[in-house]
Amino acid sequence: MRLRRRTTPAAAPDGPVTTGAVELRGVAHAYGDRQVLRGLDLTLTEAKIGVIGANGSGKSTFARLLNGLALPTAGEVLVDGLSTATQLRAVRRRVGFVFQDPDAQIVHPTVAEDVEFGLQNLGVAAGERAERVTEVLGRYGLAGHRDHPAHLLSGGQKQLLAIAGVLVMRPARVVFDEPTTLLDLANKRRVARVIAELDQHVVVVTHDLELLAGFDRVLVFDGGTVVADAPPDDAVAAYLDLMSGR
Amino acid sequence: MIGLYHPVSSPVHRARAGLKLAALAALSVLLFAVPTWPVGIGALAGVLVTGLGAARLPARLLWRQVRPVLPVLVLLLAYYALVSDVATGGVVLLRLLSLVTAAAVVTATTRVGELVAVVEWLCAPLRVLGVRPERVGLVIAMTLRFVPVIAERAARIREAQAARGGSARGIRAWATTTVPLLVQVLQLAHTLSEALDARGADDPARRPRAGAR
Ligand SMILES: Nc1ncnc2c1ncn2[C@@H]1O[C@H](COP(=O)(O)OP(=O)(O)OP(=O)(O)O)[C@@H](O)[C@H]1O
Ligand SMILES: [Mg+2]
Repeated sequence: MRLRRRTTPAAAPDGPVTTGAVELRGVAHAYGDRQVLRGLDLTLTEAKIGVIGANGSGKSTFARLLNGLALPTAGEVLVDGLSTATQLRAVRRRVGFVFQDPDAQIVHPTVAEDVEFGLQNLGVAAGERAERVTEVLGRYGLAGHRDHPAHLLSGGQKQLLAIAGVLVMRPARVVFDEPTTLLDLANKRRVARVIAELDQHVVVVTHDLELLAGFDRVLVFDGGTVVADAPPDDAVAAYLDLMSGR
Repeated sequence: MIGLYHPVSSPVHRARAGLKLAALAALSVLLFAVPTWPVGIGALAGVLVTGLGAARLPARLLWRQVRPVLPVLVLLLAYYALVSDVATGGVVLLRLLSLVTAAAVVTATTRVGELVAVVEWLCAPLRVLGVRPERVGLVIAMTLRFVPVIAERAARIREAQAARGGSARGIRAWATTTVPLLVQVLQLAHTLSEALDARGADDPARRPRAGAR
């Protein structure tokens, strides 16, 4: 399954051979005069990577660097060898992004149409679009809601719709920025399960430490740098330690 | 308009959106060009047979669309009764009733996306002027999507203020909800623009929607 996905043209329409890594080399980011990330040198090859840290520590900015929504103000970010600065379009096709607030990322009024949106943008032909939309709606329990107005879905269903809208594009990697923050416990678990079962490599920013169970690697951010980089248990311990002093 | 789509399978549902809109336009031309009783009665009967019969729409659904315009129709009838005669007013009333019902049948049997696709198709000639029809369609779709979202946020802000004992009414109430609402809408718009980027809205590969004709 994993192999097939990696090699289908849809997963990597115009990318070169995958080097299988996201690399940050001497990356810094500033909003105007305000330096929010500095000195990041990382090679991310693991399938499930978590990102935790205090409010304002730079997690979202880091996440947005990974698909070029934010560009480094120093250094470079390479996704499977592609630079976010110079090969933005190819990077965007490779890296899907799920935001915290599903309402802000659902752009069409009804469920199936919203899922189809990304496929139109990729230039997928109408027949294949219909098939892929049906498949992904089924996978996320939204098949019965095809023609329903998106605003009538529950919060959990909206987030699943937002995830479906990204995954239908078959990105090789997916970045999540606090995907469970607005959800109740049952829906948090449901989204956690969806993430755990993905074939794609994921980077998940979260304040929900439970979500990190089974992850390969967790980065702890503080003041714009990585202060711990370890398996979940050690990283969470380092994070709790850091927070207990505040 | 959103949520008025009634998802059952029927020949009317399957008919092309462009065809349905063209039929609607033709019907209105006919009704205005030939304002007589037989045409009016025939049109209304035709619309009802199409909607309730062929399209299998519940009568309740059509009634819900027509009910809000009834007071207007009654006023119009009264106006004609005063300035000319009841019979002329009756024809006018029948004409409007047919059109409102026909429009309800079209919206109940056509997905928003298909209607938007027709708009995109109609805008296609404007391409020479630099207009991008798919952009026009996207704007319409996003408007339909975000009207209820913003309405809901406004309601939530009002509730939050009421919960803290706010009891402003009228203009003051508007002012106190507008500022926080504006902040939320700007934030929403910012994330939305990033989501559009992330989902490839600017990709040159973009294809027209299914059913655009
Ligand atoms: N568009 C922007 N313009 C200016 N400053 C910004 C902008 N976005 C974020 N910042 C600032 O950059 C810093 C890092 O923000 P970021 O959103 O990356 O933090 P975060 O770790 O995701 O926080 P949270 O846990 O609250 O989501 C914060 O101090 C924030 O105020
Ligand atoms: Mg954040």
